[in-house]
Amino acid sequence: MTPPEFRVDPDVDLHVPADRAELTAHPATVLGAIAAGGVLGALARAGIQAAFPHPPTGFPWATFGINVTGCLLIGALMAVLGARPAHPLVRPFLGVGVLGGFTTFSAYAVDAQRAVAAGAAGTALAYLAATLVGALLAVQVGDAAAARLLRRRAAR
Amino acid sequence: MTVLLIALGAALGAPLRYLTDRAVQTRHDSPFPWGTLTVNVAGSLLLGAVAAVPAAPAVTALVGTGFCGALTTWSTLSYETLRLTRAGARWHAAANALGSVVAGLGAASLGYALAHALTG
Repeated sequence: MTPPEFRVDPDVDLHVPADRAELTAHPATVLGAIAAGGVLGALARAGIQAAFPHPPTGFPWATFGINVTGCLLIGALMAVLGARPAHPLVRPFLGVGVLGGFTTFSAYAVDAQRAVAAGAAGTALAYLAATLVGALLAVQVGDAAAARLLRRRAAR
Repeated sequence: MTVLLIALGAALGAPLRYLTDRAVQTRHDSPFPWGTLTVNVAGSLLLGAVAAVPAAPAVTALVGTGFCGALTTWSTLSYETLRLTRAGARWHAAANALGSVVAGLGAASLGYALAHALTG
C-alpha cells in the first residue's frame, strides 16, 4: 500500500532509511539536538501559557493557539524537508525538538478533563473538537502553502 | 528557577518521546503510529496525576509543563494523520486522530482518579 520510504511519523519513522540509521551513527548529537529544540519549544509554550492564563471552566485559548500553530509549522517544515536536501539535524532539532516541545497533548487532555470535572462539559467538548479540527486543518494548510511556495520558486 | 525546571523537564521529555517512538516501532511493522499514541497517553496519565494532587509549583514546572509537555505532542499527531490520509489509509487516520483524543482523555481521567485514591 505504502512505498517503503513513505513517511508517516515526522519524529522518527523506521521505514525511512535515514531515520533508521541516525541514532546509531550520531546518538549524542541527535539526542542533544532534540533536547535543545525541546527546551526552546517548551519555554515558548510556557511563556505564552503564562501570558494568557485561563480559569478551570474557561476555554484554554493559549494552548489551543500553540497546538494549532505548531501543526501549521510541522506541515510546512516537513514539506520543505521532503522537497530539498537539508542538514540531517534539521528534522531532529526543529521537528522533533522545537515543534514537538512547543505543542502538547497532555495539557490538551488534562485541561479538557479538568473542565469536565469543574462542571463545564460544554467548554471541554468545544475545546476537544476545536483543537482536533484546527490541528488537522492547520497541518494541511502548512503543507499546502509550503508546497506552493516551493513550486513557485522552482518554476522561476 | 521555574524556567530552569521547565527546561530540564523538556530536555528529558523530548528525547524520551523520540526514543520511545523508536522502541515501539521496532516491535511492529504496521503503518499505525503506535509510538506517538504511547507517549501521548503516558504523558496524559502522568499529567492527570500531577494535576490531581496539590503539587508544589516546582513539581508542576518540572514534571508537568516541562516533561509531560515535551513528551507529548500535537504536531506529530496531526502530521501522521495527514500522511495516513495521503497514503489512502483513511481508517488508520481517523482511528489515530479520534483514538488519540479518546485515549488521552481516558488516561488523564485515570491518572487523576489514581492520584486521588492514592493520596486520599
